[in-house]
Amino acid sequence: MTDGTLWAVVVAASVGCYLLKLAGLSVPAAWVQRPWTTRVVDFVPAALLAALVAVQAATAGPALAADGRLAGLAVAALALALRAPFIVVLVLAGATGALVHVLTG
Amino acid sequence: MSAARTATLRDAVGLGLAVGLYGVAFGAAADAAGLHVWQAFVMSAVMFTGASQFALVGVLGAGGGGPAAIGSALLLGTRNTVYGVRLLPLLRPAGVLPRVGAAHWVIDETTALAVAAPDRRLARLAFLAGGATLYVTWNATTVVGALGAAALGETAQAALDAVVPAAFLALLWPRLQRGFPEAAAQRRVALGGAVVALLLTPVVPPGVQVVAAVVAVALAGRPRRGAAVPR
Repeated sequence: MTDGTLWAVVVAASVGCYLLKLAGLSVPAAWVQRPWTTRVVDFVPAALLAALVAVQAATAGPALAADGRLAGLAVAALALALRAPFIVVLVLAGATGALVHVLTG
Repeated sequence: MSAARTATLRDAVGLGLAVGLYGVAFGAAADAAGLHVWQAFVMSAVMFTGASQFALVGVLGAGGGGPAAIGSALLLGTRNTVYGVRLLPLLRPAGVLPRVGAAHWVIDETTALAVAAPDRRLARLAFLAGGATLYVTWNATTVVGALGAAALGETAQAALDAVVPAAFLALLWPRLQRGFPEAAAQRRVALGGAVVALLLTPVVPPGVQVVAAVVAVALAGRPRRGAAVPR
C-alpha cells in the first residue's frame, strides 16, 4: 500500500466514523431504534473484536500460526480472568511474546 | 460547587485520564501496522473512537486492504450512532455548531458518564469534562506510543505483536462477563466470529475474513419470519 493510499484509508475511515457519530445526534431516533438495528449494533462489537483477536493472534498471512502472540493471548486471558488492570494485561502479554521470541528466535 | 458537581467532575476527569493512557497502545499498534506517526495522530484526532482505530490498524497490520480496514472501523463505529440517539435528550445541542462539536466526543466512555450522571445538567458536565480530558490525553499518548514503538528493536517488536491481540481481548472481555446484557449470547457471537474468521483466513484476502465473520454472525442472528423478536 502506498503512502497516499494509506492516507486515503485513514482519512476515509476517520471521516466515516465521525459521520456515524453525527448521524446519531441528527437522525430521528425511530430510524436507529428499530429492533433489528439495535440487535445488530449490540452484537457487532463481540463478533468483530473476537474475529480480530483470532486473526491477530493465530494467523500469518493466509496461514494459521502458533507463536509468541498466541502464548501472549493465553497469558492475557488468564490475567483478565484474575481481574488484572488493562495495562497489566498488555504488559504481561508483551513480556510473554518477547520471551517466546527470545527462546525460539 | 456542590458535592454532586464535584463528584461528577472527579469521575469524568479520572475516567478520561485512565482511558486516555491506552492511546499509548494504539500508537504502538499503529506503528506496528506500518502507519506514520502523523497518520496515527490524525486517526486519534478525527476518528477518536478506540475500538475502530484498533480495528483499522489491526486489519492493515494483518496485510488487509483498504476497504476491509475501513469496513471494520465503520462497523465498530455504528454503536456511536446509537449512543448519539441516547445522548440527544441529555445534551440537547442548540444549533449546528454545538451539534457538530458534541458529535465528535460521542464514544463509549462519554456516553457511560453522561447516562450515569444524576441529572441533565450534570450529564452535560460529565460528557464535556470526560470528553475533553480523554481527547487531550488520548491524542498525546498516541504520539508517545507511535514514536516509542518506532524506536524498538526486534524482541520489543515481538512483544508489541503480542500486545495487539491482547488489547482486542481486553476490549472484548467485559462483554462476555456475567452482568453484561445477554452475556451468553455475546459469548456465542464472539465464538462464532472467531471461528468464521479463522476458517476463512486461508481462502479470502487478508482483512476480508474479519468483515465476513461479522456479516455471517449478523445473518445467523437475523429475525426469522414468524419468530418473536427477542427482547
